Amino acid sequence: MTTQTDTPVKDRRAAKPVESDRSRAEARLGQKLVAPAIVLMLVVTAFPMLRALYLSLFNYSLTAPDDREFIWFGNYAVALTDPLLWKTTGITVLYMVVTVAFELVIGFAFAMVMHRVIFARGVIRTSILVPYGIITVVSGFAWQFAFSYQNGFVNSWIPGLAADFNWFGETTPAVVAIMVSEIWKTTPFMSLLLLAGLAQVSEDMIEAAKVDGATWTQRLTRVILPNMRAAIMVAVLFRALDAYRIFDNIFVMTAGAQNTESISFLTYRQTIEQFQIGIGSALSVLLFLSVLVIAFLIVKIFRVDLADARQEK
Amino acid sequence: MKQKIGMVVGVALILAWCLLPVAWIISLSFKSQTAITNGSPGFFPADGAGAGWQNYQDVWDNEQFRRAILNSIGISLIATTLSVIIATLAAYAIARLEFRGKKLVLTMALVIAMFPVVSLVGPLFDMWRAIGLYDTWPGLIIPYMSFTLPLAIWTLSAFFREIPWEMEQAAQVDGATSWQAFRRVIVPLAAPGVFTAAILTFFFAWNDFVFGISLTSTEAARPIPASLSFFVGADPFNRPASLLAAGAVISTIPIIVIILIFQRKIVAGLTSGAVKG
Repeated sequence: MTTQTDTPVKDRRAAKPVESDRSRAEARLGQKLVAPAIVLMLVVTAFPMLRALYLSLFNYSLTAPDDREFIWFGNYAVALTDPLLWKTTGITVLYMVVTVAFELVIGFAFAMVMHRVIFARGVIRTSILVPYGIITVVSGFAWQFAFSYQNGFVNSWIPGLAADFNWFGETTPAVVAIMVSEIWKTTPFMSLLLLAGLAQVSEDMIEAAKVDGATWTQRLTRVILPNMRAAIMVAVLFRALDAYRIFDNIFVMTAGAQNTESISFLTYRQTIEQFQIGIGSALSVLLFLSVLVIAFLIVKIFRVDLADARQEK
Repeated sequence: MKQKIGMVVGVALILAWCLLPVAWIISLSFKSQTAITNGSPGFFPADGAGAGWQNYQDVWDNEQFRRAILNSIGISLIATTLSVIIATLAAYAIARLEFRGKKLVLTMALVIAMFPVVSLVGPLFDMWRAIGLYDTWPGLIIPYMSFTLPLAIWTLSAFFREIPWEMEQAAQVDGATSWQAFRRVIVPLAAPGVFTAAILTFFFAWNDFVFGISLTSTEAARPIPASLSFFVGADPFNRPASLLAAGAVISTIPIIVIILIFQRKIVAGLTSGAVKG
């Protein structure tokens, strides 16, 4: 922070067109200040990612490090032809689509309430941060125990369900339980982002629509939602990519049993538990690529410029 | 009137949604171990089946757990401090100075924010073992810093853009030295933003699980989420639910305290970083 006093304060707009000494000094200072952040981000992400790319071309297991062998794209061929990869990708996409859809609807309802409510604002805001702040592992435990037939309460709260129904004995109920814990944990984040979006919709426009005789549904779909498109898109993008990486909940609640394994979990299992660095690296690269594809698709579907959404223009 | 009732119902639903699982885990942490293994489903401890503070006592007496809490506090605080310092420099440059590559920094931060953490765990595991960072504090602090930087940079540059930097000049015109102008005018305006970024960064580090289980192997550096997930009691086939619940509650206390004190700042930071940017 103190470095900034080294350079005199100057008028940015005046300095811009001419390459003066001042603007060059400013550019140098700027680059110096962002350098540590860039270096650190490169060291921990770009470099390991390149290394993963390199290692993915080898048949390499930590249990037999001397047998390391260059096999071109052999690992990718193995991974891509294995039905297990497609099964885990399918379940991961399912987690992502279902949780984000529920979060969007519930989060929006919460945001509407928080936007209009006039009492207990502090209490609501504090409460809504509780799921956001809690460790994902802890929320995983809370829900696992809640769904457990040995010590949970869910079975007795759902009418018509046997007291000894085992949620973690089959794929579908286990997936539902995992989704519930994910939705519980992240809906508040979604609702806060949507609340910020709601606050940007002009009250005058809503009032004008009301005067013109628009019904509540019309005001929602014709005025409020279109004007929040940028905020919705940012919320969906962030949450979808986050949900696609789902790992903690699954690890705690089922440890991947009953076909609940996500693609992150498969990658973790291959690399860390089974020491298959080669194939694990190939999976890491595929996981990264699929995240890029999803990000690209969401941006395309919503047709919103990110810079625009962040009011940079 | 009808609208008012709707509001009350809405508020009640939100509160129930947010607090029910927390009430449940607290309730579980006061149940006795035997009551749980005997199978006594119910929200609150049954009469005579409560354990009082025993579970908390047992968890706290557990060496592994105490180490994990200390690891988490130390690692998260160090990572937060360093990350926020570096992010403040970068965000100041982005908000205030003109230089090439500004867009690149923001794009890079965005890409890293979306990065699937598991993708990096394999190569980092391999690298850290080669250079001796595996199972050490720096071995977790470095990845935490890198992954919290994007969030901190976005949040801080959003805050810094709102600061009327001209006031610094005005103070100088009024006779303050540039250091005085900076310290008296800019620091008080920037401090709340820096503080908010620090809280969000701390949450992130405290919540991490993937790095915690992958880059550690002993109590030397294992943080609390990882430690909880590996916690097996006397019977390896039955998780000690009430003990774990007590551990979960303890690990949540710092988060709740921070939320209670700083809720306004956290909400502002979360939304400004993501929506206003």
